[in-house]
Amino acid sequence: MGRDVELIFDKGAPGRRGSSLPAMDVPKADDFPEELRRGAPPRLPEVSELEAVRHFTRLSRLNFGVDSHFYPLGSCTMKYNPKFHEKIASLYGFAALHPLLPQLRRGGALTQGALAVIYETERLLSAILGFEQFTMQPLAGAHGELTGVMLIAAYHKDRGDKDRKVMLIPDAAHGTNPASAAMAGFDTKIVPTDNDGNVDLEVLKSLLGPETAGIMLTCPNTLGLFDPNTKEVCALVKEAGGLSYCDGANLNAIIGRVRPGDLGFDVMHVNLHKTFSTPHGGGGPGAGPVGVAEHLVPFLPISRVVKRQDGTYTLQYNYPKSIGYIAPFYGNFAVILRAYAYLLTLGRKGLVRVGENAVLNANYIRARLAGKYEVPYDRFCTHECVISASKQAKQDVHALDIAKALIDRGFHPPTMYFPLIVKEALMIEPTETESKEELDEFINAMLEIAETAETDQDALKNAPVTTPVSRLDETLAARKPRVAE
Amino acid sequence: MPYIPNTSDETRAMLDTLGCADIDELWEKTGITLPKPSLDDIPEGKSEHEVTNHLRALAALNATNLVSFLGSGYYDHIVPAAVADIAARSEFLTAYTPYQPEASQGTLQTIYEYQCAICRLTGMEVANASMYDGGTALFEAMMLAVRATRRRRAVISGAVSPIFREMIRCYSSNLDVELVEVPTDGTRSNHDALVEAVDGNTACVLVQYPNVFGTIEEWSGVVDAVRAKGALAVCSAYPIALALLKPPGEMGFDVVTGEGQSLGLPLSFGGPYLGFMATTMKLARKMPGRIVGRTTDTTGREGFVLTLQTREQHIRRENATSNICTNENLCALTALAYLSCVGKSGFVEVAELCASKARFARKLLLEIDGIEPVGDEPFFNEFVVELPMDASELVGRMIDKGFAAGFPLGRYYLERGRELLVAVTEKRSREEIKSFVNAMEAVVTNW
Repeated sequence: MGRDVELIFDKGAPGRRGSSLPAMDVPKADDFPEELRRGAPPRLPEVSELEAVRHFTRLSRLNFGVDSHFYPLGSCTMKYNPKFHEKIASLYGFAALHPLLPQLRRGGALTQGALAVIYETERLLSAILGFEQFTMQPLAGAHGELTGVMLIAAYHKDRGDKDRKVMLIPDAAHGTNPASAAMAGFDTKIVPTDNDGNVDLEVLKSLLGPETAGIMLTCPNTLGLFDPNTKEVCALVKEAGGLSYCDGANLNAIIGRVRPGDLGFDVMHVNLHKTFSTPHGGGGPGAGPVGVAEHLVPFLPISRVVKRQDGTYTLQYNYPKSIGYIAPFYGNFAVILRAYAYLLTLGRKGLVRVGENAVLNANYIRARLAGKYEVPYDRFCTHECVISASKQAKQDVHALDIAKALIDRGFHPPTMYFPLIVKEALMIEPTETESKEELDEFINAMLEIAETAETDQDALKNAPVTTPVSRLDETLAARKPRVAE
Repeated sequence: MPYIPNTSDETRAMLDTLGCADIDELWEKTGITLPKPSLDDIPEGKSEHEVTNHLRALAALNATNLVSFLGSGYYDHIVPAAVADIAARSEFLTAYTPYQPEASQGTLQTIYEYQCAICRLTGMEVANASMYDGGTALFEAMMLAVRATRRRRAVISGAVSPIFREMIRCYSSNLDVELVEVPTDGTRSNHDALVEAVDGNTACVLVQYPNVFGTIEEWSGVVDAVRAKGALAVCSAYPIALALLKPPGEMGFDVVTGEGQSLGLPLSFGGPYLGFMATTMKLARKMPGRIVGRTTDTTGREGFVLTLQTREQHIRRENATSNICTNENLCALTALAYLSCVGKSGFVEVAELCASKARFARKLLLEIDGIEPVGDEPFFNEFVVELPMDASELVGRMIDKGFAAGFPLGRYYLERGRELLVAVTEKRSREEIKSFVNAMEAVVTNW
């Protein structure tokens, strides 16, 4: 077998190195006792800088990214990431700023610019989404969820409401919701979705009671649908003494059109790497700021950035009811910075256009695919549409096969097999940054695949054939893990 | 409109396909009939040029001109320019989690190489694809131990970063896990007390290497004693120090975590950073986060996939090992690019420069009348000195002279008000160190 894979460790030669360092200009001294000393240096690459650059450049070209391919991965909002944001994040005045500087001279004197970015982004999000305050600290979407449900836990604890241990979660929710609820000490109960794709109100009512801590609702939901009963759901939960949490993973649909705070949500997280255009980075870093209504403000994490009368900014720590430190400092600052630039560029009119075009594009795809693919909840969607490959499955062509066939046609596949309540699900989220021509090309590819599913199943079962590898053996990987060498 | 390509003609054509007269009807058909919210508090949009100018002006308000001896877990190291360039490749930057391995071999292979590098640094068998930061990684390690031992108590040394301890306390507040802190013995952990604190319900002991005071401690004895009592030994490590120091794996630790910022990531006022986590194969299935494995395709060619996914939230939901869904992928890639560009010998040289310059700085500082050593244990590139005045006040005066003089330990430990934690990296030249010492002498002498 040839060498298909060449690791960076396989390259180079003993003694070769890639970078230069300043010469030792002080006496060389490391007086560690023998028992603390490492035997041999760590086996790191020994490559020239060119070899390193070429290696990683080659690997990068094996990837699909938004910059190279249409990437309609549902629930992930793979929109364009403006280039100038990267330049701003690398400005020396931000990139070289040590997070402990505020401890060296209190009152924020050394970091006014950075504190302004955090504070002003917080205020913009609060105004756009209808909340009293945001914390910019959560480091990712799921981290925002965890922070949100910890705030709910702190609220009930503060009121002496000890029995509220149950978090209600719709069956269509992302897996992070139940996992986050569990990490905040809650038991979870599933709320089913009704035939129209909404929360089943009758079952919800039967589940509410004195043990209800709250509900975690994704809005719009993971079917890409706006539940017209959302206000009523929040009201019912409130009546039962619980709080309503809005998972903002799908915020791109309604940004500028609906303020979740107005629907009765007490707390929500947003994903800066989705709605607010910060790059996904192959899986992170992101950021998951959390907004709260007034009654949850006392519990927000510390520190908090506040604006003084004179227009300067400072950090405050003295909030006795706060849940404490969920992040080492002030959040993923460089991510917040990019989102701030995005909000300033869009302004109030741009924000409205984002939601409108995200919804228009998704519905256009839904309408054009509706004949050839099953659309399980046949109504207008928001920013993403969930279709099913159930028709094709009768020919033994499954969602997975369609996804792989799309790769060969130059498109990143949609999210597959989610939400779990739809068989053979394909969840398509085009975002507002794609043009109609691109959507048409994708639609044509999907229609052609549907036709091929009727005539030549094998051609699809063998896809992809244009990639550096074909389908990989995941069972082998899990059974005999090779995870390091 | 920036970033939105639909023209009015195209919008019209798409609305026609949908049978909608206008956007308002589109909203109505999605079920959204609420009145439109007021966005009066949101300013009008600005051009790229204007926004850039605004942010440049804000960046200029930050004190990044200080010559820095501030570390305390987050360090100002030299980073080759190629590192940021590699991580900025848009095929890495604008991809997402590699759910479709055939279209993500680039991301997957770099994660695999990162896992290898972390294992080689720490002396462990398996690493995950990364966590948010050092603090969350240490908390997740604690929960790994809770799952693995089915015990509900964790012992943590007071010489672990107070930031990490605060975070762990916060996350534990709703979980049935008791956290026991063992006070320090000077600038060392109290080894006997740590071992004594382990009872039959203790899942793990958490320590730091070097510890928050910069002190390097030999842990083999503690690790053996802790493990003999059925608990796991967990270590949070400073990766640059591991170039010279005995790897935690050789001391027998079950889990090694740490803050990876020092591996080529900018300080960026607190993030994004990189939590790394490595453990033994025996515990691999208890580990949270993504893991990449090497496998073969349908024709026998080698490739990479996300693996051992049955641990994860999208499958196990509320029974998952963690809610984490992110890996700080771009930060992990940056760390890998850093370790590749600096390379085997360069990495050792970085650590030697750090250690030597720190010793040089300490020696000169201790020659100043009134500055006293605190502890005489081995250290790596960070050490504590005692001043004849409140350290935070001295730090304030040093800012006026252009230096971030170090971290005043009184901010963490009330009784250490006169102690200053000084970090020296390879970035500081001999001249900078000397002028720092001169400035310190002037301030201390003229107090």
